[in-house]
Amino acid sequence: MGETLQNLMLGFSVALQPSVLVYAFVGCIIGTLVGMLPGLGPLAGISLLLPATFGLNPIISVVLLAGVYYGAMYGGSTTSILMRIPGEAASVMTCIDGYAMTQQGRAGPALAIAAIGSFIAGSVGVVGLMLMAPTLAAFALRFGPPEYTALLMLGLFVLSYLSGGSMLKTLASAAIGLLLGMIGIDAMSGYTRFSFGLIELGDGVGIVPVAVGLFGVSEILLTAGQDSVPSVQRPRLRSLIPTGHDLKVSIGPIARGSLIGFIIGIIPGSAHIISSFVSYGIERRIAKHPERFGKGAIEGVAGPESANNAAATGAFVPMMALGIPTSPITAVMIAALMVHGITPGPTMIQDQPELFWGFVASMYVGNAVLLILNLPLVGVFVNLLRIPYAYLYPCILAFCILGCYSVSNSTVDVWIMLIMGGLGYVLRRFGYDLAPIALGLILAPMLELSVRQSLAMSAGDYTIFLQRPLTLGMLVLGLVVLFFSLKPLFSKKGKDWRSEVGLEDEPPPEAAPQSKP
Amino acid sequence: MADAVTTAPARGLRNDQASGLVLLLLAIFIGWQNRSYPLGSLQEPGPGYVPLMLAVFLGAIGVLIALRGTRAQPVRDMKWPEAPRAVVILIACGIAAYALERLGYRITIFAFLVFFLGVVERKKWYSVLIVSTGFALLSFLLFDTVLKVQLPTGPWGY
Repeated sequence: MGETLQNLMLGFSVALQPSVLVYAFVGCIIGTLVGMLPGLGPLAGISLLLPATFGLNPIISVVLLAGVYYGAMYGGSTTSILMRIPGEAASVMTCIDGYAMTQQGRAGPALAIAAIGSFIAGSVGVVGLMLMAPTLAAFALRFGPPEYTALLMLGLFVLSYLSGGSMLKTLASAAIGLLLGMIGIDAMSGYTRFSFGLIELGDGVGIVPVAVGLFGVSEILLTAGQDSVPSVQRPRLRSLIPTGHDLKVSIGPIARGSLIGFIIGIIPGSAHIISSFVSYGIERRIAKHPERFGKGAIEGVAGPESANNAAATGAFVPMMALGIPTSPITAVMIAALMVHGITPGPTMIQDQPELFWGFVASMYVGNAVLLILNLPLVGVFVNLLRIPYAYLYPCILAFCILGCYSVSNSTVDVWIMLIMGGLGYVLRRFGYDLAPIALGLILAPMLELSVRQSLAMSAGDYTIFLQRPLTLGMLVLGLVVLFFSLKPLFSKKGKDWRSEVGLEDEPPPEAAPQSKP
Repeated sequence: MADAVTTAPARGLRNDQASGLVLLLLAIFIGWQNRSYPLGSLQEPGPGYVPLMLAVFLGAIGVLIALRGTRAQPVRDMKWPEAPRAVVILIACGIAAYALERLGYRITIFAFLVFFLGVVERKKWYSVLIVSTGFALLSFLLFDTVLKVQLPTGPWGY
């Protein structure tokens, strides 16, 4: 504990440097805007900012991008509550009761509780990250290729289980992502695969054009043509103060949401989205008067908003400790660090303590900045929502082209972005989940390498995966998860928890076209 | 599985059947492309091994989706109201990608925005000019000059 505090002090000495502080602040503002704007989610926002971080030092890069990530979580809730448009997909659940509160003239308390819940959950998440990541990293030092193989397999199975919608379609998306990850030079044999004669594809398909295409461009293709500016309530500062009763009934949901969100955040998948669904389902289930949900219950805002923020932080645990991205967003952040020659993984926390602890401390600062910034300035931010979409989407598209081109100064990345945009648009129309594609792309080379290294270690003996207790345990767990995920295909009896918490339901119809990961 | 379950009698191809078959065709194409890479053996997989396994997996999933898609919405009933606009957007972005290194960032983005705001959205000419010029110049200033992200310049230095 003493060592942790000492390290945290080191972190604060980094995070409170004026330059880091400024970038944390800038990241939070950009994130809030990105979260509010239709057509730009945290993933596309972070991907587009990635090239801008190449000239910065690694600490500032990761602090800036993390600021965008959790800033977007805050921003998304504002549009959900005020307009019933989730700025990002994790805010879909907030729409239901948040907007009902707005209709009852209680937008202020809803926004305040969302911000307070996010702040508390974010802080709880950072404490969890601080305590868990170094321990997990120390443990993971014992991991060899077979353990990584089992862990990655487990991650993919959990992802397929937790994703909303059809299981088969999720598995198909994951397979498409894994196949995209096969493009480029094979690390073990030197063969260039599926490059179709393009030298630029030798290094593989980058996560940035894929993420921007799938989540940014496809969103615009789906929503372009809408020109109506919805009416927006501008809450007054005085109305933002929640009543004592509001605070009292929100404490429980915030606490539960923080805990659930953090735990789900560690597990692979679109954690921040799933966590808000699970939290809403649990709050509705344990409420004394569940019929209030959907009609402006403040618990329905407090729980999901806390959960998605805690999950956003929880996702950094496997990223920092194991070097494994559990969501497309952390995958882009890993790419940001790798540009600077830093590979996240078990040794990073020891080798780069100022980076890890500076990052942790900056998240404390960022959470405080967001609370201070967002509540009083919410009236200013909502002005952005008055800009007609006809002006916004061409500018967002121009940013997408700019961002993708500048990753490696190549128009091939812009073409990949456009192909992915078209593919994402069609897949969404056919009900396919896009997040597994981005995650599969990142995990594919890791998975293939670890499988082949494992087999090289054992001279081709597959029992290597059964002889090591940790590997065996993870594989068995993975198979159990796979069994449960495929169970609905064979049995129609009973409902599993997914449908009970709403994961198998479609988002509210008004919300669906505008939501994005 | 069924996105929009209909009670109407089956007629024509369902959307899940169509997407499942496309996935199967994609898997066959990947398997065909993969034939030039050595497969290796089960004990020592070569560069073609994992892609082939994934293609087989994708194909199998595609078949399952198609088989279970009998109650999904018929393809002919799917509405694509935004499709014409989406095609215009993709073509315009493609032209911009082609022009980016030939004309330079600022000219390309200016023309790109003028097309969308002026031609597609039919906004007033002065607001088109202000937004297009402002965006092209300010984004170049921010990214190229301040953040040192190299952006292409064309033969006229823009």
